[in-house]
Amino acid sequence: MDRMRITLRGYAAVLTALFVFVSIGGFFGLTLAAERPKPVSIKGSDTMVQLVSSWAEAFMNKYPEADISVTGGGSGTGIAALLNGTTDICSASRDMKEKEIADARAKGIEPTRNVVARDGIAVIVNPANPISELTQEQIAKIYTGAYTNWTQLGGPDHKIIVLSRESSSVTYVFFQEHVLKLKDYTVEARLMPATSAIVQSVGADKWAIGYVGLGYAVESKGKVKMLAVKADADAPAVVPSEATVISGTYSIARGLYLYTKGTPEGQIKNFIDFCLSPEGQKIAVETGYVPVK
Amino acid sequence: MTGAASTAVLIVILIFFFLGREALPFFKERGISDLIGTRWMPVSFQKELYGVIPLITGSLVVTVLATIIAIPFGVCGAVYVAEIARRGEKEFLKPFIELLAGIPSVVLGFFGLMVVAPLVKEIFGLGSGMTALTGALLLALMAIPTIMSISEDAITSVPESYKEASLALGASRLETIWKVTVPAARSGIVAAVMLGMGRVIGETMAVMMVTGNAAILTLSPFESVRTMTATIAAEMGEVAFGSVHYAALFCIGLILLAATFGLNVVAQRVLRRK
Repeated sequence: MDRMRITLRGYAAVLTALFVFVSIGGFFGLTLAAERPKPVSIKGSDTMVQLVSSWAEAFMNKYPEADISVTGGGSGTGIAALLNGTTDICSASRDMKEKEIADARAKGIEPTRNVVARDGIAVIVNPANPISELTQEQIAKIYTGAYTNWTQLGGPDHKIIVLSRESSSVTYVFFQEHVLKLKDYTVEARLMPATSAIVQSVGADKWAIGYVGLGYAVESKGKVKMLAVKADADAPAVVPSEATVISGTYSIARGLYLYTKGTPEGQIKNFIDFCLSPEGQKIAVETGYVPVK
Repeated sequence: MTGAASTAVLIVILIFFFLGREALPFFKERGISDLIGTRWMPVSFQKELYGVIPLITGSLVVTVLATIIAIPFGVCGAVYVAEIARRGEKEFLKPFIELLAGIPSVVLGFFGLMVVAPLVKEIFGLGSGMTALTGALLLALMAIPTIMSISEDAITSVPESYKEASLALGASRLETIWKVTVPAARSGIVAAVMLGMGRVIGETMAVMMVTGNAAILTLSPFESVRTMTATIAAEMGEVAFGSVHYAALFCIGLILLAATFGLNVVAQRVLRRK
């Protein structure tokens, strides 16, 4: 009986405390709401969800009153949402198509492209591999299983060990879109759970080939060799580097954009400025992308 | 107390139920024929394929190989600890066996990636050390402690009188062990092996790190394989909630659960049949 009474009293105390807490919180919440900047919504590229979320998180940590929501759905969906006015910013991993721009203008919207980061992928082989350049088509043939031996590429007679990222990886999809031209990977491709595992295997297995984000490949220089890539048979072979990705001469790369309606203003401008700030660009590098500048 | 004991039963039933519920949309949208295909290609711009046969053979190859490697070590070790080792040796060996069981599988996986994979590559002259065999070697390390400790219990519980009778008839000590004690403990040893297999088939991390995870339909130990557990672990994180791919992963979960459940039921049966 005695114990029961204590418990009841305990409950009462907890309830009172909770009530006081909630009312104080509610009061402050109300007063803050009046001064809060407008919430910003960002919709678009699934590729960029992770990057944009990291930015949003850091931005909200820095300015606790900010409210930024990030959703995916694809670049196309994001652009449509921007035109319908259901999102403030559209994240896109490709340029807007002519038709989309025309649609926007018809609605009286002038879409503005803000380049916020770049995405570059290096194709790596073992330093002992005599091959040092390939065309994008040759790489696609290796990854779709058309080429299985290095002799088919003018190398020595060894089976090609194809290494890829897991299918859940953003890099996997980008490589599939950009290099494989939407074809399926060969079943023989070994899917590695992490970028570090690809670098480790290419460093250990003489006849392996893999692909990793440019930032990572540069870091592991010496252990692996980055291939120079030709966009097509007549194009010059370009070694991937931050400079060649930024200048656009390296072909397995793309820009990552945040599209806005007209010139960004207010909180939208603050957010984009934050992405482009040294702090924001550092986040991009940490997430595995190439900075803009 | 009955309630506490039956919670486990309830949980197992609930897990089966929820797995089934999440997997159900797959049968509605794709049907069972898509599930028994021979290609697993869940991310594709052509057509997503969800054939689980290569994943099942992958798990099978790795599990069977690991069991074959683990049995001699596990059983001989158990015989030695139970019958031959002196008290001091026993007290020294047993904690180490238990320690082996306690090594986190990520650590074992890292060891596999850096040490075992290059060794397998060198010894068998392969292009890459990421093979089913490498995974099986690591899994055998995990199964050995299970097999050893349960077999040891079974061997120790063989009545003293059996051994005394055998020795009295003039059999040597080794003959007694292999012809009397071990056969008498047979059912316990078989159960130990099956529980070891249950541990192996459900293991994820170490396998994912060393088998290369290519969904090749093969029974060769020198090819890369993709196990069911590795598939779920690798893909569940990024899959869209409620999609066909999501349901397909739950189908794999069901198959896996059914397999371990079956192994355990058989092991329990064998254990009871003394």
